[in-house]
Amino acid sequence: MNGSAEPTEPGTSNGVRPTELFAALTTDEDTAMTRLRTRLAADAERDGLLDVGYRTVDSPVGTLLLAATDQGLVRVAYQSQDHDAVLAKLSEAVGPRILYAPGRLDEVCRQLEQYFAGRRTTFEVPLDLRLSSGFRRAVLAHLAEIGYGRTESYREVAVAAGSPKAVRAVGTACATNPLPLVLPCHRVVRSDGSPGQYAGGAEAKQILLRLEAAA
Amino acid sequence: MVRPFEQIVSEHGPVVLRVCRAVVGPVDAEDAWSETFLAALRAYPELPADANVEAWLVTIAHRKAIDLIRARARRPVAVAEPPEPAARTGGAEQTDAAELWQALRALPDKQRASVAYHYLGGLPYREIASITGGSEDAARRAAADGIKKLRASYLPAKDIEGARR
Repeated sequence: MNGSAEPTEPGTSNGVRPTELFAALTTDEDTAMTRLRTRLAADAERDGLLDVGYRTVDSPVGTLLLAATDQGLVRVAYQSQDHDAVLAKLSEAVGPRILYAPGRLDEVCRQLEQYFAGRRTTFEVPLDLRLSSGFRRAVLAHLAEIGYGRTESYREVAVAAGSPKAVRAVGTACATNPLPLVLPCHRVVRSDGSPGQYAGGAEAKQILLRLEAAA
Repeated sequence: MVRPFEQIVSEHGPVVLRVCRAVVGPVDAEDAWSETFLAALRAYPELPADANVEAWLVTIAHRKAIDLIRARARRPVAVAEPPEPAARTGGAEQTDAAELWQALRALPDKQRASVAYHYLGGLPYREIASITGGSEDAARRAAADGIKKLRASYLPAKDIEGARR
């Protein structure tokens, strides 16, 4: 830009700025944008352009972010994990073609609702485990085998995952679980029976363990 | 790091919608917007990190608008009458939108585009010239002429309408 008078605002002399002149262009803008976003998500899905579709959902353990690739559910994140940061990481790890696309998450939402109502003990949705590898993935695979209402110690999980001495690594694998709730790292507790830490905070872990103990 | 495309939609979607409404009118604007953002989504992973995202989107919107206008011209019979403004909800606003579009439609294409890309898209005239062709000065003149005509044609009509209400 070459200094002088740009952006010019001709007409301020007669009291009408361009923003006022064009006010009518914002008519029904919010409803139009909602409609357009829905259409874009559907068009992107149809054309296979969506790396990740996501939505948020309210739950007894706070607002959850749910994200899915075309392979399946790829990420569940607690509010404390900062949803914007989680989406930024997905952009890097999976791809930047990320849209708010609630339709992709309808089924998992329905199952989560049943779970929190005490009417569901396992999740039956396709999972995409690409965010996890190696030992952490072995731990995740074992988590799926810890049944509803049961708990195991970090040590027991280490044994089951094939590395009895890797107790600390089990803790890390749980802390970095890309699919908490669905892969139940909340069922892994300290050897003395106390809940221990959790990706969604100690309070969320207590809520989940109490929910499962009551059902 | 490449930001999730949803952020691009949030940040620039409304501005691009205003640009589309100004360039192709309220009826075709949503098709233009949808085709723009679908094309942008497709190309997004290859967008250089330091690119001016707004200018990039407006450039795509410009091409999509030309496509839409050409498609309309090829099948004039299929052109629908614009919806009766008063029959829609929010009557007064819809009337304003329809009147503004009447005034914008009366402008030569280049003036309408230059006005939209500068005053709504916020692009400098250098960028506009690279989108519409011609020199930076020509783009500046086109926008100034367009704004002048709009003030002369749209505002008086709007004032009369306002006085009548």
